[in-house]
Amino acid sequence: MDSALIPKGAKRCPFPVFATGIAVVGAVLLWGVYAMGLCWLKGLNQTNMNDYYGFALWIWADLAVIAIGGGAFFTGLLKYVFGIDELKNIINLAVVIGFICYSSALLILAIDIGQPLRGWFIFWHANVHSMLTEVAFCLSLYFSVLTIEFVPLILENRQIDKVPFFHNLSHNMHGVMAIFAATGAFLSCFHQGSLGGVAGVLYGRPFAYREGLLVWPWTFFLFTWSAAAYGPCFTLVVTKLFEGITRKKLVKDNVVNLLAKISGWMITTYIIAKIIDTIYWMGVTAPDMGFSVMDFYSNNSFYGIWILFAEIVLGGIVPAVILTVKKYRENKKLLLVAIILGVFGVCLNRWVMVLQVMAVPVMSFDTWALYLPSWQEVATTILPVAYGIILISLAYRYLPVFPQEQELYDTK
Amino acid sequence: MTQDNHGKKYKFGMVIDLDKCTGCGSCMVACMSENNVPFKEDETNKKDSITWMRVFKLTNGKPFPETDICYMPRPCMHCGGKGDHGHSPCVSVCPATATDYGHDTGIVSQIYTRCFGCRYCMGACPYHARYFNWWDPKWPDGMEEYLSPNVSPRMRGVVEKCSFCYHRYQAARDKAYHEERRDEIEESEYQTACTQACPAGAITFGDLNNPDHEVCKFVNPDPHQCGKPRNPKAFRLLERLQTNPKVYYISEREWVRKAGDNYRDGEWGKEIHSSDGNSHK
Repeated sequence: MDSALIPKGAKRCPFPVFATGIAVVGAVLLWGVYAMGLCWLKGLNQTNMNDYYGFALWIWADLAVIAIGGGAFFTGLLKYVFGIDELKNIINLAVVIGFICYSSALLILAIDIGQPLRGWFIFWHANVHSMLTEVAFCLSLYFSVLTIEFVPLILENRQIDKVPFFHNLSHNMHGVMAIFAATGAFLSCFHQGSLGGVAGVLYGRPFAYREGLLVWPWTFFLFTWSAAAYGPCFTLVVTKLFEGITRKKLVKDNVVNLLAKISGWMITTYIIAKIIDTIYWMGVTAPDMGFSVMDFYSNNSFYGIWILFAEIVLGGIVPAVILTVKKYRENKKLLLVAIILGVFGVCLNRWVMVLQVMAVPVMSFDTWALYLPSWQEVATTILPVAYGIILISLAYRYLPVFPQEQELYDTK
Repeated sequence: MTQDNHGKKYKFGMVIDLDKCTGCGSCMVACMSENNVPFKEDETNKKDSITWMRVFKLTNGKPFPETDICYMPRPCMHCGGKGDHGHSPCVSVCPATATDYGHDTGIVSQIYTRCFGCRYCMGACPYHARYFNWWDPKWPDGMEEYLSPNVSPRMRGVVEKCSFCYHRYQAARDKAYHEERRDEIEESEYQTACTQACPAGAITFGDLNNPDHEVCKFVNPDPHQCGKPRNPKAFRLLERLQTNPKVYYISEREWVRKAGDNYRDGEWGKEIHSSDGNSHK
């Protein structure tokens, strides 16, 4: 039915099967859209946020999708700026994922603010001292860059490519893509970093606050580094998911292993920095403010020291070891464990830096503030996931996302 | 004659005598009434009720008969921020400059029509002095007639907080101009609603820069240490965070003064030296 749109020679499931899948996910998407509508029409009283929990599930989701979408800027940097050519076979996927993640982040922010129609005030009345201002500028600009990076792939659709103008446009855009990749990497560094800065500058919140370099707290650098380190893990997880669902090999092992190796070394360096940061915070920063480490991990029903262990050991040291040691990395099961743990680790870090920051009491007579999200919050958080599944499925079906697909199919 | 406050005119502040406070809540009621603070039918959940002035109940944690209670009224602290330069925790993070530090008054303002409700300031404030309008403000029929015309009601989706009854300062300033006193306002001409409502006289308000004002006499702020009180019975909430509030508390009771900040085991009562060279006792 839609065979004229499918890349030449590519095997795709029958259209009714595809349409049914999209319809199921589409129903979830509509559920999310309904919840989003409620939040916009009735206000944020639809959520379980409160004055203690001004930042909640959405902001975590926002930070998490941006971190795991970091594969786009980092893979782009490696391919176009550092010239690691093998990565051309996975860069398309990284860009699509990045586009989905960043557009989702923008959508989440639009739902999260109390006065959505005033969202533009962040640009118009910008406070240059605020990390959130930096986030807004870099996020919007980098999303534009991602769109520019995504367009050539769309133009490669079999039917669109037949139009000479689009064919030439796509060709020329590829030619200048290095400039956009470099711009994207620059913007993304600041964007990821400023998200880390959002928590790190809160000197009224001893759990979040970090010293730093000039105007940037250490979390600024840790967030950028972790997004670059863990972003590729998510790109690889999505690749493996695609290969599992389609029961086809889509990217050659050498490409997967190369990206996994780079990610492994990045995670190793990141986790060393994170451990040093944690030790300094435990030993100097928090005590200066009158807190012992265990004040942050006790007297409540959820946040125990396990969360620090899970973030640093399970989500950091374990994937770092697996991905840096060749023998482990080339073991398919261990590789899968490592990349899943990596994604888990970075998402947990973002959780801690948003939700635990809000939960910890600061005044000596205050209490822990725990909260459970409302269904509207859950639905609007699942909304970008459903949107992402639909968009990436459409991209896979109609665009040459995996350049090695045909070759691998022929070899088989 | 004024003490040094980076050369600025006023530095309005408040002193609350916790040994006088009975926890009656008059300050909270007066504040809500004065500032058109909306309320819900059910106000039991204090985590989403708007209380610019909130009275916390503290206990010494000891069993009867040593049990002791302290009520702590908590308005916005109008922090001067690190170094007392006006970079309050909330002001420095607001992305749209919707909250600002008045260098001529020391008051942290909130511009409701500019706030777009990101709530970053709420996350930044360790005192939970900032409140979000989760609902549209509604008053029972007829009660709109009693709203103060001097304070704009806030819309859903924006943050609000104690303004030290800034409209009263504006009125006092206007009066002074009209009487050709420039902006030399008397201590009694600008008082907050909570100060006037307190039946126990526990709240005192005035200019911390003016040694003739009661607030200054009570706490004797040290201008060379960002306004830290020199009165040993006075303290500021969370002094160690270096937020430099302009609300001071006084108590004869040691456990109350200790509850004003966080101390690790063995730190209380000793000189504490922090890594940035500051010392604290």
